[in-house]
Amino acid sequence: MTKLLTVSAAALLSALPVMALAECGISDAGSVRILANDFGALDLVMERATSCASDTLSVSVNQTEEHKNLQVPALSINPAEYTVAVIANNSLPPLLNEGLVQPLDDLVAEYGAQLTPQQIIRIDGKIMAIAFMVNGMHLFTRADLLEEAGIESTPTTWAEVLDAAEAIRSQGILEYPLAGAYAPGWELAEEFVNMYSASGAPFFKAGTAEPAINSEAGVTVLETMKALTAYMDPDYLSIGSLEASKMWGAGEVAMMNLWASQAGPLIDADGDYPEIAPNTVLTAAPTLGDAGIPAGALFWDGFSIASNISDEDAAASFQVMMHAIAPDLATEHPTGASWMIDGYVPTDNAVGIMANVSSGGVAYPTLPYMGLMHSALGNELVDYLQGKESAQEALAGVEAAYTAAAQERGYLN
Amino acid sequence: MTSSPARPNYTLTLIATAFVLFWMVVAGFPFLWTTWGSFKVEADFFSRADWSNALSGVNTIRQTGDAFTMDGYKGAWILNDFWRAGLNTMLVTVVVTVLSLVLGTLGGYALARSGYRYAFWILILALVFRAMPHITLVSGYLVPFFQLNIWGTLPTAIIVLVAINQPFTLWMLHSFFLSIPKDLDESAMVDGCTRFQAFREVIVPVMWPGIITTGLFSFLLAYNDFAVTAMLLRQENQTMIPKIASFLGSIESEGNVMFAVSSVVSATVPLFILVMFFQRQIVGGLTAGAVKG
Amino acid sequence: MPHKAFAWFILPSALAMILFIALPLVSIVVQSLYIEHPQVLTQVESCSPFGGCTMETRVDAAATAALRDAQPLGRFNGLGTYFNRSHLATREIATILKDTDGIADSLRRIYQLPFYRALLFTLCYTAVVTPLGMLAGFWIALAVNRIPAVLKGPVIFVSLLPMIITPLIGSLVIYWMVNSRGILGNLLQWVTQDPTLSIAASGPLTWLTLFLYGIWIAAPFSFVVFYAGLQTVPQDTLESAMIDGANRWERVRFVIIPHLVPLATFVALVQLMDNFRVLEPIIGFNAQASATSLSFSIYNDLQAENGQLFASAAATSLLTIALLIVLLFPVLIRTWRDFSRKSAH
Repeated sequence: MTKLLTVSAAALLSALPVMALAECGISDAGSVRILANDFGALDLVMERATSCASDTLSVSVNQTEEHKNLQVPALSINPAEYTVAVIANNSLPPLLNEGLVQPLDDLVAEYGAQLTPQQIIRIDGKIMAIAFMVNGMHLFTRADLLEEAGIESTPTTWAEVLDAAEAIRSQGILEYPLAGAYAPGWELAEEFVNMYSASGAPFFKAGTAEPAINSEAGVTVLETMKALTAYMDPDYLSIGSLEASKMWGAGEVAMMNLWASQAGPLIDADGDYPEIAPNTVLTAAPTLGDAGIPAGALFWDGFSIASNISDEDAAASFQVMMHAIAPDLATEHPTGASWMIDGYVPTDNAVGIMANVSSGGVAYPTLPYMGLMHSALGNELVDYLQGKESAQEALAGVEAAYTAAAQERGYLN
Repeated sequence: MTSSPARPNYTLTLIATAFVLFWMVVAGFPFLWTTWGSFKVEADFFSRADWSNALSGVNTIRQTGDAFTMDGYKGAWILNDFWRAGLNTMLVTVVVTVLSLVLGTLGGYALARSGYRYAFWILILALVFRAMPHITLVSGYLVPFFQLNIWGTLPTAIIVLVAINQPFTLWMLHSFFLSIPKDLDESAMVDGCTRFQAFREVIVPVMWPGIITTGLFSFLLAYNDFAVTAMLLRQENQTMIPKIASFLGSIESEGNVMFAVSSVVSATVPLFILVMFFQRQIVGGLTAGAVKG
Repeated sequence: MPHKAFAWFILPSALAMILFIALPLVSIVVQSLYIEHPQVLTQVESCSPFGGCTMETRVDAAATAALRDAQPLGRFNGLGTYFNRSHLATREIATILKDTDGIADSLRRIYQLPFYRALLFTLCYTAVVTPLGMLAGFWIALAVNRIPAVLKGPVIFVSLLPMIITPLIGSLVIYWMVNSRGILGNLLQWVTQDPTLSIAASGPLTWLTLFLYGIWIAAPFSFVVFYAGLQTVPQDTLESAMIDGANRWERVRFVIIPHLVPLATFVALVQLMDNFRVLEPIIGFNAQASATSLSFSIYNDLQAENGQLFASAAATSLLTIALLIVLLFPVLIRTWRDFSRKSAH
């Protein structure tokens, strides 16, 4: 009975993707197997990819939130379980470290005429990935509340954000005018990384994996973060990006730094928040000190092709992905994401992230050991924010936790 | 009333009923709240502005024109093919429960009837196995499973769940078997049965209560598992829990929480029917059951 | 039972456990003793869409793979991982004790070490939730035993609900109910007449919420098993106790509880283990700021975005097992006694 049911379920499922007509003009045969994260914008891309399936070309997609945990073991066997890995700049290093993705120069030359120079991720002179969308954190402000507090221009630095928060509080408009994704773990670390990137200081000593954050810049960043938390709801350490966006919708917040991918519903006047949305203004993330870099490290989402596959499958996979991220995608779904595709005209929900890009935003570091640093930051900064230790103690703790992890992974001795 | 006292004590029955009522509220209210909320839009059920929005449905009325909406259910079942995950879950839970019980009754019977030291050490070893955090085990499976090309399929996940579930099943069924007198199978064997015949014809029929109780827990374990199913199944084989997790969204991307909420509520319906249908057996099984440690 | 019959009966079960638990366990033990080879780092020019081209450090995959092929397990590190800062942190504790400003300061600094922070919460959670969950289950079982038979089915179903709702949604819904704007959070503020009261902002209240949630989710298991046990209480003993003039409490104390003790051992065993591996509520309640557990550390180490520290996760897992065996020791001794009695028969 077991076998029977499995078979019939499999038959039901396989019927779905194959039905689509081969409409993307790929004459090559092959097997395309894609591993991707599971969220709305990627659904659009994957839909286009599966439409390429034909009698000779099979396209299968596995969209799962566990993709980061699966990609290394799945690509390390031969032949690889997946031919395409959809990645972001922080999930590419594990694949690069193990040499599991192949250079794409030949494929780009042959099939990649549609790509803009911006989309090409080149490492050591070789094209290792193709980017197609961008994300990052930027400033959301409530124009009506700022005006009520007598603030004329939208803050562009963290110092101005603090002044504005004080003005809003002292005039009794809101007790806690700020919000942020400060939940310990990945999100809290991301706040630190954003602000530290904005200081322009390096995370590591040049050319090594030695940490360099226990510095003046690190202390300034922590002190700024702590100053900001004074204007946040006392719950702030349990609030992640999803809750922060709800707080915004409830009108509890006047300013916050949040993901561009969350902007859509918050500015939609016909959506969940008709009173808040028309007053929500999106601008570049504030800067710190005089480096002039917005405090919102930029993430790109893109794809790479596995090494352990046949050349036919690699060529077929690349062509399918080229169809999936063709300029049509951006014109058909302009609000789907902040595309990095030729011909994309930023819509209202993307003005903030585009401001980040144009005012000198930097990419989230793609260093092999950045994940370890990020994890150490996420776990070790809580005590400082709760006032249980000094900034130096916290940064020393981060460095010690990072060092233990980096020694285990062989980056440090 | 099973433990029928000679004089019915109404005060005590009243206190007991009040306590049960209190427990019903504590156990059931979050679920009731979730069921109610599954017919609202997200801005109401997860409202930070005012919790009473979840009752009045202000935003639901504004967005859909009615105080109750089926949007969550439509989104999950029609747009996102939740039925497919439901089908997979059904398959996984039923097969896991049956296999766990078959393996567990055989092993548990042997452990209960063996007087040798090694039986004790096997029990202890099973206990150590049960102490293993599942996530550590699962991360170790990935590379071999990919190499053997068995990753992502339902049979693989089922076998892993059965294996992970074995220590608990063994312990529980072993306890049940201990409570069945040895004379029963020994006299059957004197009458000319083989050991296996005695087990099948004499012991198992007496054991149904224990098997049903253990089966209930095996069922719930397979039904609620996230660690194994999220990491070992590919998308088309996904069961309900990972599917619900994907509705919830992650840090950078908002999911559709109401799809998740309505999925959870609808996933409880078959369980409710199951419990109501087998109510007599479960209660009866429990009533006749004898668990001993 | 003869050896051969025993072997045939246990074989399928043993095979499943050996393949999927014992073998991984061996590899986890090995893994915890090794660390990775030194990664061969090189400087390469890397170009990203933002910020242009820069010189960046990369792993030389080919050179590192060559090292790995020569010695697939990595570098032998002995118990080094167990004693490093992320685990037992012996060196850090020695330093703390050497230049201490008194016991309070030492304790504060030791509590900042990740392992000890996780351990304290894990132990407290286990110590509070295990007995209270069992007690709750026991009282519910006693009470349900007294209600009319027609109500028992629905009551059992509702009692199972905390176990049935996946923790993923269960904790999310309760998190929204108890947050400062939610229905229970508001109720609490109204009861205490303190409109600024917030559970998430307070460490002790977060712990309390996690404990209560733990009891809520653990009680159904104890309930079902105890309820099953109650049905087998020998009626004649109960009746003779009544004839002897024992009141209700005395009957519970001297007849029912002794009858349920073997059962309670089993429930304690299972619950102790499950509570010691607490993980989901911490994630569901976004409570990492005030509470982390050993399982949470393992989970954290295994996440790809954190760099996947397999040796570290393996070491924490084995420490978890070791601690559990210590905690379970009384139960194990009891089982041994029962077993010896059985084999003596």
